[in-house]
Amino acid sequence: MTEGEVVASFVVPVHPHTVLAPDQNPGWRRLRDAFDEAAQTIRDLEADLLIIYSTTWPSIIGHQIQADPNPEWVMVDHDFHDLGSIAYSFNIDADFAHAWNAANDQRGLQSRCVNYKGFPIDVGSVVALTLLNPDNSIPAVIVSSNMYANRSETTVLAKSCLDVIKAQGRRAVAITAMSLSNRMFTDFIDPSEDKIHSLKDDEWNRKILEFLEQGRLEDVGQLSRTIHRQIRVQKVVAFKPMWWLSAMNGNRNDLTGRVLAYEAVHGAGGAVVHVDPTSTGVGDKEYDEDDVEYFHGERGVLEGIDEAQASSEDQPAPAATTNGPALWEPVEGEDAVNTDTAPKPVGAYPHARRVGDMLYLSGVGPRQPGTNAIPGGPIHDEEGNPLEYDIKAQTQAVVNNVERVLKEAGGSLANVVDVTSFLVDMKRDFAGYNEVWAETLGKVGPTRTTLAIRSLPTPIAVEMKVVAHLPK
Amino acid sequence: MGKGQIVAGCIAPHPPHLVYAENPPQNEPVAEGGWEQLRWGYERLRASLSEHDYDAIVLLSPHWQTYVGTHFLGLPQFEGLSVDPVFPNLFRYHYDMNVDVELAQAIHDEAAKAGLPVKMMENPDFRVDYGTITTGHLFNPDWDKPLVVISSNRSTAYYSVEVMQEIMMELGKVTRKAIEASGKRVVVLASNSLSHRHFTTESDVPEDMSKEHITSHAMHLWDMRMIDYMRSGQAQRILDEMPEFTEQAIAESDGGGLSWLLSTLDVPEYPAILHGYGTIIGTGNAVVEWPCYAHEVNEA
Repeated sequence: MTEGEVVASFVVPVHPHTVLAPDQNPGWRRLRDAFDEAAQTIRDLEADLLIIYSTTWPSIIGHQIQADPNPEWVMVDHDFHDLGSIAYSFNIDADFAHAWNAANDQRGLQSRCVNYKGFPIDVGSVVALTLLNPDNSIPAVIVSSNMYANRSETTVLAKSCLDVIKAQGRRAVAITAMSLSNRMFTDFIDPSEDKIHSLKDDEWNRKILEFLEQGRLEDVGQLSRTIHRQIRVQKVVAFKPMWWLSAMNGNRNDLTGRVLAYEAVHGAGGAVVHVDPTSTGVGDKEYDEDDVEYFHGERGVLEGIDEAQASSEDQPAPAATTNGPALWEPVEGEDAVNTDTAPKPVGAYPHARRVGDMLYLSGVGPRQPGTNAIPGGPIHDEEGNPLEYDIKAQTQAVVNNVERVLKEAGGSLANVVDVTSFLVDMKRDFAGYNEVWAETLGKVGPTRTTLAIRSLPTPIAVEMKVVAHLPK
Repeated sequence: MGKGQIVAGCIAPHPPHLVYAENPPQNEPVAEGGWEQLRWGYERLRASLSEHDYDAIVLLSPHWQTYVGTHFLGLPQFEGLSVDPVFPNLFRYHYDMNVDVELAQAIHDEAAKAGLPVKMMENPDFRVDYGTITTGHLFNPDWDKPLVVISSNRSTAYYSVEVMQEIMMELGKVTRKAIEASGKRVVVLASNSLSHRHFTTESDVPEDMSKEHITSHAMHLWDMRMIDYMRSGQAQRILDEMPEFTEQAIAESDGGGLSWLLSTLDVPEYPAILHGYGTIIGTGNAVVEWPCYAHEVNEA
């Protein structure tokens, strides 16, 4: 089976005007024509799955994923009820929904599937599916937008979705149902008088579209909070769909974008934008906000004190104490991968964990299994006094440890697809680290992000977070 | 026709958990109880009002959210299935409700005269929001009184609490004016929580009350402060502190219901009756009644 991929992404507006009243305003008609063009592009790409992240479906308890195979009802907009009703009957890929839900759990996210007759599919999803998939020939899945979710949660939501796309070999289209600026006129207007609410909103919308047209999706994601402050109604879903869409595209800035239409819908900024994953070959990252693979943010407010203490007592005891933090036995589990040939963890976690065809390694440093020695020497002594060390030796030891874990899982360095490296002294060590990289993982060709951080738990200078694709 | 009267004003919550916990025949999911403090509070409210006849309930629901003006249900009857998009596991309720279109139109018209953007909702396919259904059920399980349902304009999110309050004070005044002109006896009802920070996880048994508590001490303090003002007849102080309360307690008063209610009651200086307080998935909720019948209504 070919590995699945996101074959296209679209940004589409949420309001019902494009379905119910496209000819009441020339701009609404242009948006409708752009919807029709996008639908044709999706057909031409032979996509087999539409994934909608909708800003008009807010959720509180994690994310919700529609799993009714055939939701049917009549949707009437809360504001624009006088435009008419939209009857819908959609083709939902319930199997994908359940697989995504399971993948969310694997990555630490709270989510659940919903499958209830009469569930009110939100206006943004209804508009998108009605126009992008008019004959229901392509199965779809819809996910809510959690009102409390931050960037890391939204990013991980996309990554778990990608896990399933790849595992199922799907040709997926990622769609965000959203406005750009979402300040509508607060009074009723004649359709012929529609325009963007303010010059400021219009200028920001055009900035966003300029970025998108240049394929700089990651930059738009990084600007999300600023955009929300500038041109968004505050207590609604933040500009977080761009976090999701960026992560669905690998957080890249070298995509190929095209704006099919940009118009006002009762003052809000509505755009149909096509983002093609084909690389333009240009566009490096301008911002350095951390990437994230696993969500750690749940507050655990439902945990009682006794329960928290009990779970703490249930955790495996440290294996030994050495210079530095205590060492632990690797946590066992159905999908855990552990080996005696890699150094013991410094906390309760496994060396790696398999999810489908993907293998996620815990952070790997240079410490040696058994002796806990650090090739190239520790970076400071027990009192914290700095010591001279060899970054190249440390980096090589990290790569060797990564290879040992991969070998235990039945793979090799050739399976590595993405690496996040952490250096405690970027200025001093980057060149040496980079040299070893070029001779080892650089020849394999995984994507890489290198970050400077203040310190690591043990007296080491480098650590790597590795993701590998490892078909069973 | 005599002058219309407001019999009582109430603030009461609408999380679907309360209906779920009661197991009424209209709701599909089945619970083992839960949130009794608030459900008993609703019982006491119903008992209190049962001694006073009234013709209609005027309700403002923060879950009919409109960004373009304020809307009113404008057809005499709505029925259907209400599924909560956030808690569909708890609330799938078959509703059948009557609307006092005449009174709704009268308030609409007074609001239009005052310069507020307003619209009657006359699409028969419209699905009534679950906040209206939940509060409507808990307040009057027999559904034997017609409702006037007013949407929640999102002016807090668009502008500020201050602007919202200005609009809602005006809407409250015209609501009172229209009620008085109607000759009807009416209960006005703001459906909303107080502090409104939710848990983001749900226990395996949603009605497991060992998991239920306020999300933070700060939220509790704000809720008690507001309840103290209500019980001591200091409605004006609630209005004065509305911006801070709404911001710091992430209060559902951002939807305007509480401001509208107090304005409709002409900012009462008499004590309200607290029938119950409790938390629902971490949010603070109170069932409170302003007994207008004891202070401004001629019962003769």
